[in-house]
Amino acid sequence: MPFGNTHNVLKLKYASSEEYPDLSQHNNHMAKILTPAIYERLRSKQTPSGFTLDDVIQTGIDNPGHPFIMTVGCVAGDEETYEVFKELLDPIIEDRHGGYKPTDKHKTDLNPDNLKGGDDLDPNYVISSRVRTGRSIRGFCLPPHCSRGERRGVEKMSVEALDSLSGDLKGKYYALKNMTDAEQQQLIDDHFLFDKPVSPLLLASGMARDWPDGRGIWHNDTKTFLVWVNEEDHLRVISMQKGGNMKEVFNRFCTGLTKIETLFKDKGTSFMWNEHLGYVLTCPSNLGTGLRAGVHVKIPNMSKHAKFEEVLKRLRLQKRGTGGVDTAAVGGTFDISNADRLGFSEVELVQMVVDGVKLLVEMEKKLEKGQSIDDLMPAQK
Amino acid sequence: MTKNCHNDYKMKFSEDEEFPDLSLHNNHMAKVLNKDMYKKLRSKSTPSGFTLDDCTQTGVDNPGHPFIMTVGCVAGDEECYEVFKDMFDPIISDRHGGYKPTDKHKTDLNFENLKGGDDLDPAYVLSSRVRTGRSIKGYTLPPHNSRGERRMVEKLSIEALATLDGEFKGKYYPLNAMTDAEQDQLIADHFLFDKPVSPLLLSAGMARDWPDARGIWHNDAKSFLVWVNEEDHLRVISMEKGGNMKEVFRRFCVGLQKIEAVFKKHNHGFMWNEHLGYVLTCPSNLGTGLRGGVHVKLPKLSTHAKFEEILTRLRLQKRGTGGVDTASVGGIFDISNADRLGSSEVQQVQMVVDGVKLMVEMEKKLEKGEAIDGMIPAQK
Repeated sequence: MPFGNTHNVLKLKYASSEEYPDLSQHNNHMAKILTPAIYERLRSKQTPSGFTLDDVIQTGIDNPGHPFIMTVGCVAGDEETYEVFKELLDPIIEDRHGGYKPTDKHKTDLNPDNLKGGDDLDPNYVISSRVRTGRSIRGFCLPPHCSRGERRGVEKMSVEALDSLSGDLKGKYYALKNMTDAEQQQLIDDHFLFDKPVSPLLLASGMARDWPDGRGIWHNDTKTFLVWVNEEDHLRVISMQKGGNMKEVFNRFCTGLTKIETLFKDKGTSFMWNEHLGYVLTCPSNLGTGLRAGVHVKIPNMSKHAKFEEVLKRLRLQKRGTGGVDTAAVGGTFDISNADRLGFSEVELVQMVVDGVKLLVEMEKKLEKGQSIDDLMPAQK
Repeated sequence: MTKNCHNDYKMKFSEDEEFPDLSLHNNHMAKVLNKDMYKKLRSKSTPSGFTLDDCTQTGVDNPGHPFIMTVGCVAGDEECYEVFKDMFDPIISDRHGGYKPTDKHKTDLNFENLKGGDDLDPAYVLSSRVRTGRSIKGYTLPPHNSRGERRMVEKLSIEALATLDGEFKGKYYPLNAMTDAEQDQLIADHFLFDKPVSPLLLSAGMARDWPDARGIWHNDAKSFLVWVNEEDHLRVISMEKGGNMKEVFRRFCVGLQKIEAVFKKHNHGFMWNEHLGYVLTCPSNLGTGLRGGVHVKLPKLSTHAKFEEILTRLRLQKRGTGGVDTASVGGIFDISNADRLGSSEVQQVQMVVDGVKLMVEMEKKLEKGEAIDGMIPAQK
């Protein structure tokens, strides 16, 4: 984006108050936290690659937010953003991730053997199961800031790593700009194809630059393991299948991810990770595990129950429509997933989904029989 | 000046690794930019830090349209046209009819040099309008400027406009402080501009911080209007109903010069040089930045086989009455000068005045069922 750092030096000619954004109409995490004093202290800084405070917050200035949805309002341009602009990002992280403190440590656990159960969610109710996360490749700038050379470097490394996967993970890469019409149609039918971002939240942070250069989709032959390259993060990794065998989905997820990470390490790089923030991603909301594990589940009775929202909250789960975030449920079928990302491990989050969905299905069955669910109400996790 | 950090970082990658994929592109930038040029220019930046990739991002992100030739690059400051000359010069030549790097551009804002123009038939010519853009020296342009810079441009503009009196006495309406009533009135007057939605402008970063420091000023008579911080620092518009283009142009020249005098007093004249004339964000607006036009009823002439040929010879272009890219309605067309650079303001408005007068005469002939063959003009 055109915020060259020479320009940052030039901007310092103006007083902090002359440069401070007008956030009077705004309702996002950045606008809640940023003050003129913080702005003054951070405005002269930049990361080693040249990302500045104004670069971090531009999306939150350009998108005041929604009265009911709390957007984050800032992004990272590289790994160092979270350190250089700590003073702004730490309180945002705390606000977004349930009081997570600057001194807290995040635990990573991608050992699928640690998940208890999860292979027996009732397929009459649980239609499909899915786990996704993101990964950033150390040494490259992130999507808001990367150049074409960097983005292509990420793509090249990723494709090399993915091409060496074998067995049930063996697959193929489809670069967005080389796709044939037939390939494109198949990917749309499989619900795999991602399109150029239209959300002003993403556009304002520069993530759609040079589209579709360096972007693509990789999936295995059985269509159960999918990787998006250079969309909102360097990599988005997705494991999915019909039915309720979340254990198998999570097994594949962990195995695949670990294999990919090993391949990157063999090439002398790794994923961005640290013991405080876990996996480092473009949006602060995805820090920690970056993980969203969920099911599409039929709960027409449960979802109309007066205590539905309360139950979800206690189980640390969230609901979405089956079209994803911001969509409405259709026919009583909901997307139920973990609400947390940071401060809990992957195993812990998937465990909450497995246990929580199992309980919700039991409640649904009771309500079908006209029975009460009062004695099934869970405690706050 | 300190260097542009991320641009230096990018230099780690070879020009092959960084060169954009322009295989599907059809815009002026894509026609001109090649690997050698990219290699030569990629390490440079203007004093304010604008780089080659900054100039070309909009053309990379917007491949273009098979029938419309977009420019595909912007300037972030006055120095762009010098630092990236190797790329801008051929684009300017291609866009502005062969204008050479050694050519000189003539500015003529003396309205008295316009001959006629006060008698275009109002039964045909519904309205007349002249617009241009101006950039304030010492500030970077809309793709690049910071909030502090944009607010200074606004502040200086308001101060300058507030000194206008007589027929120019008016009021400023900042976009972020408009009441609903004011907004409705500005929409009804067709004055209000909205946040850009065109991906051409969005990719170039021109909508950042919207609506901060953007606004509209107009005189009490609603015949002289200034847009602040939209696609250029200033867009200046003179307009009125009917065919008195002479009066519209007089008011345009007088108002512009009054504004320029105030800016000069504060040591902030307009960006101008003898080669490119007035320097604006988009290379297509260099020179005069002027579009002088009318809304004119030409239902018969516009369906005549030679209509396009006549327009080309008169150095005019047609648009629908909703502006560029719109279709005409009921045979009413927006007819304006095609040129911006290489001819003066007076010359361009003269072409509109003379050309529209001729076309109205042709329309009248066609109404009577007479031929217009004897009236077809020579190429101007």
